[in-house]
Amino acid sequence: MSAEPVMTREQARALVERVVKMSTADEIQVNVSGGHQTNVRFADNRISTSGGVNDLSISVYSGFGPKHAVSSTNDVSDAGLERAVRRSEALARLAPADPEALPLLGAQTYRETRSYFESTAALTPQARAEPARVAIAAAKADGTLKAAGFVATGAGIEAIGNNRGLFAYQPSTSVNYTLTVRTTDGTGSGWAGADHPDWSRIDFKAVGETAVRKARLSRNPQPIAPGRYTVILEPQAVGDLVQRMTNALNARTADEGRSAFAKRGGGTRIGERIVDERVTLFSDPSDPQLLGAPFDDQGLPLTRQTWIEQGVLKTLAYSRFWAGKQGREPTGSAGALKLTGGNASLDEMIRSTPRGVLVTRFWYIRPVDPRTLLLTGLTRDGTFLIEDGKISRSVQNLRFNESPLFMLNNVEMIGRPERIAGTEGGGNVVLPALKVREFNFTSVSEAV
Amino acid sequence: MSNRRDFLRRSATAASVLAAGRLLRPADALAHALPPLAEPETVPIERLLADAIGGAKAGGASFADARIGRYRRQFLSTREQQIVNVVDTDTMGIGVRVLVRGTWGFAATRELTTDGVARAVREALAIARANRLPGAEPVVLAPGERHPRATWRSAYVTDPWDVPIEAKAELLLRANAEAGKVPNVRFVTSGMSFVKEEKHYANTDGSLITQTIVRSNVSFVPTAVASDSSDFQARDAVIQPAGRGYEYVLAQDVVGNARKWAEEAAEKLKAKTVEPGRYDLVLHPSHLFLTIHESLAHPTELDRAMGHEANYAGTSFLAPPREKLGTTKLGPEFMNILGDRSQEGGCATIGYDDDGVRPEDFLIVKNGIFNDYQTTREQAPWLDWWYKRQNKPTRSHGCAHADSWSSVQFQRMPNVSLLPGERDIGWDDLIGATDRGIAIVGRGSYSIDQQRYNAQFGGQVFYEIRGGKIVGMLKDVAYQMRTPDFWNAMDMIGGKSSYEPGATFSDGKGEPGQANAVSHWCVPSRFRGQTVINTGRSR
Repeated sequence: MSAEPVMTREQARALVERVVKMSTADEIQVNVSGGHQTNVRFADNRISTSGGVNDLSISVYSGFGPKHAVSSTNDVSDAGLERAVRRSEALARLAPADPEALPLLGAQTYRETRSYFESTAALTPQARAEPARVAIAAAKADGTLKAAGFVATGAGIEAIGNNRGLFAYQPSTSVNYTLTVRTTDGTGSGWAGADHPDWSRIDFKAVGETAVRKARLSRNPQPIAPGRYTVILEPQAVGDLVQRMTNALNARTADEGRSAFAKRGGGTRIGERIVDERVTLFSDPSDPQLLGAPFDDQGLPLTRQTWIEQGVLKTLAYSRFWAGKQGREPTGSAGALKLTGGNASLDEMIRSTPRGVLVTRFWYIRPVDPRTLLLTGLTRDGTFLIEDGKISRSVQNLRFNESPLFMLNNVEMIGRPERIAGTEGGGNVVLPALKVREFNFTSVSEAV
Repeated sequence: MSNRRDFLRRSATAASVLAAGRLLRPADALAHALPPLAEPETVPIERLLADAIGGAKAGGASFADARIGRYRRQFLSTREQQIVNVVDTDTMGIGVRVLVRGTWGFAATRELTTDGVARAVREALAIARANRLPGAEPVVLAPGERHPRATWRSAYVTDPWDVPIEAKAELLLRANAEAGKVPNVRFVTSGMSFVKEEKHYANTDGSLITQTIVRSNVSFVPTAVASDSSDFQARDAVIQPAGRGYEYVLAQDVVGNARKWAEEAAEKLKAKTVEPGRYDLVLHPSHLFLTIHESLAHPTELDRAMGHEANYAGTSFLAPPREKLGTTKLGPEFMNILGDRSQEGGCATIGYDDDGVRPEDFLIVKNGIFNDYQTTREQAPWLDWWYKRQNKPTRSHGCAHADSWSSVQFQRMPNVSLLPGERDIGWDDLIGATDRGIAIVGRGSYSIDQQRYNAQFGGQVFYEIRGGKIVGMLKDVAYQMRTPDFWNAMDMIGGKSSYEPGATFSDGKGEPGQANAVSHWCVPSRFRGQTVINTGRSR
C-alpha cells in the first residue's frame, strides 16, 4: 500500500485561502504542514514497533494591532478550521499587547529547492522494511552480532499564507536510517547512519558494513586515562557538537551580554576571528547537500548566510525585530548548517597521528556553561586508540567537557563535508571529519 | 461515549472556546460568532473504536487496540514586561495497533471517519504482515484484563483552559517585574505550559476506557549580568511540573517568590568558583529527582535491558535480567525505590495504561537490592521465571504509554521515587551533620551514558558546607559519578516530612522520539566522597 499523494500547491493555497476568509482579525497567517510519516524499527534481530501516520497541522496566527496569538488544529473540516480561527482570535484579543509585534510579511520571492523525491514518497511497507531484513540477515549470518536500527521516511508539505499576499509552498521527502550493531558478548558496539530526501541516494549496504566493521573492531575495549588528547572526529561527531552552536548564534542574546558571542563591555563579537582561519560555517537551503526549505516559519526567504568565514564571525542570526532595531537585515535562524575548509581523508588524518582517539559519534550532549558554550557528553559506538598512524585498539568510552568554539580553534586537519544522520540534533547538516588537538576528556565510562 | 461533536463540546469546546467567550467583554461577542459545531458526517467515537477493533480482527489480528485521543497544549511565554507568544494546539485522531502472527503493526490517522479508520486498519495490517521475519520470536502478551466501562480523571481542580489568558499573562508579568527590581537582574523570561489529554481506549479483550489527564508547568528564569559583562548567571528550574491544574500554578506563589529567585541569580555572580576535589554532597529533592530519573529509572526499563533501545536511548548496566535481578546491590539497606502510577499529582499518574492495564505499585529496589523492572504486557512474560520464583502472577506493571494518538505505545517510565527513611529528619539535619561538603538545589546540566553508568550533573544553586553550616555560595560545580558507586555511597536520607516530588515535563525515548512527563518523589540525601569538577573556563 503506498501513501496518498501529498497536498499540491493548489490544494494548499485553497486551504490557506479558506482559512484566511474566516478571519475577522487585522492580520491572519496560516501555516500548514504534514503528510505521511512512516517508520520501521528493529532490535534484537527482529522488527519491533513500526507504523505509519497520516496527519496535518493547520496553525492560525491572528493579530489585532500589537496583540496576537496562535492556535492550531488537525481538523480540516469547515467547523474545525473555524474553531481554530475563533480560538486564535479570542486568545489574541485577551493577550497583552506585544511591543515587538511586526506586521506580517507581504508577497515574497523564493529560490526553488528540490527536496521532494518520488522514490521516497512511493515506498511500500515491504520496501521500507527491506533495510531491516538485510541488516538482520547479516547479523544473524555472522552469529555473534545483533542489529538494532531505525528507518524513518516522510513525504509532506509546508505552506504559509496570509492576508498580506504572502504564499509559500514546499513539498519535501525525508529518509533517515541509523543502525547499531552490537556483539552478543556485550563488549562491542558499532554505529552508522545516512540521511537524504531521496531514498535512492541512501547506501543501505554501506551503512550496514560500517556498523558491522565497527562492532567487531570495538570488542573488548580497554580504559585509557582521561586527559587532553588529539582526536579525530568523524563527521557525525563533529555535527553532534557544531549543531549545538546554532542557538548561540543569535544576535540579540549577544547584544544583551548573555552569550558566548557577547563582547566584553557591550556589543557582539562580529568581525572578530573566533575560530581557526580555515573554518567556514554557513546555511544555504539551495546547497545541493543541504536541500532545505527556502523560507522560515514566518515566510521569510532564506538565502545563503555565512556565519563564520575563514575563522571570522561574519554575522549572527537577526530576527526581523532585532534586525530592525540594529539597522540590519533579518537573516533567518542558523538551521541547516554546512562547515567547509578542507579535503583531507579520514585515512590521512589517522596516518598523520602518532597518538590520538578516533571518535565515531557522541551521545547525551548537554550545555554546561553558556558563557563558553561548554558542553558535556560521551563517546559512543566505536571509540578507538590511534598509535603510530594506525588504529591500535578499542578503548572504553570517554566523557568530555569541551566547547565547539575551543574545538574549532584547535583544528589540525579538515575533511570533505558529508551529509550526516544527525542523531543528536537532526535536520539537514553537512560537516567534515576533523582532527583536533587538546580535546578535553574528563572521565571514563565502562558503558558499551 | 459520544460522537465527535459531543466529544468536542463536552471536553474541549467547553473548556476553551466557550470559556474564553464567557470571559470576553460582551462587545467581543465571541460566542455569537461561533459556527455550529455539528459536522454532518460525524460518527460516534465508540463506533469508530469498534470498527477499528472489528476490522483488525477480521483482517487476522490476534490482538488489537485502538486509541482515539484529543491532545491539547497551551503555551504562554513572556520576557521582562512583554508577551512573546501565546499558542494553543489541538490535535485529534486514532491510532490502531494490531498483532498479526506475533508481529506488531501500527497506523494512525487524523481522519475520524468510517473510511479513514478502515484505511488505518488496512495500513496497520499491511505493516504487520510486511514486518514478519521468518523465525522471529513471536510477541506474546501477558494475560489481559477486561475494563468494560472504565473512566478516570487526574487530580486537577481548575482546568487551565478555564482560566483566561490575560490572567495567566498578568501573573507572569507581575513576577517578572518583581525579579527585575533586583540589582544586576537584567532579563527575565517566564512561561506556562499546559497539557490536556482526553483518551478513549478499546481493545479486543473487551475494555473501553476513557481518561482525562491535565498537567501544568511554569518556567521562570531571571538572568543577572555583571556590570562589565564579564559574567552572566541564570536561576532556572524553580518550579516542578505536576499532574495538576491551574490551582497548582497559583499555589507556587510565583510573584511572592520572584525576588528570592532573582536574588539567587544575582548572588551567583559573586559566588566563589569551586575547588575541584572530593566532597560529601547533600542533594535537595529538587535536584536529586533528576539523578534518580537518569541513573535508576532509565536503566530499569525492561526494553532497554533487552536491547530494544540499543539504536537510540541505549541499553542498561542492569542486564541481562537473570544475572541482575535479586542479586545486584544498588545501595544501602535503607534504600527503597518505588515504581508507581498512583501518587496524586504525579506527572506519570494515570488510571489505566495504554495497554488497557490498571497499574500497580512495585518496588524496583528493595532494601538496597535490585528487585524489578518497569514492564508492559509484551514485556512481563520475559520475567516469567522471576515472578514464578516469588509466587507472583506474571502481570504488566502498567508502563505502556504513547505520547499521542499518532504514536505507538511502548514502555515508558512510571513515577520512580526514593522512599523516605525511618527517622524523620530533613535538609537542615543533613547539612548539620556534614563537615565538608556541597549542598545542591535544583536541576542543572545532566548527561549520562547509554548504559547509565557514568553521569555528570550540575545544579542551580550550590552552597559550601563547613562544620555543619552553609558558609557561602559556590559556582561552576558539577559532579561526575558511576551509578552503583554513587548510590552505595548514600549514607543519610530524610524522613517522611521531607518527601517531595520533582518532575520532568518532557523526557525523550524511542524512535520516532516520544516525550512523556514523569515525577520522582524523594527526600534530601547525602552521598559521601563524590568527585566534583570545576566547569568554568576562560573565554
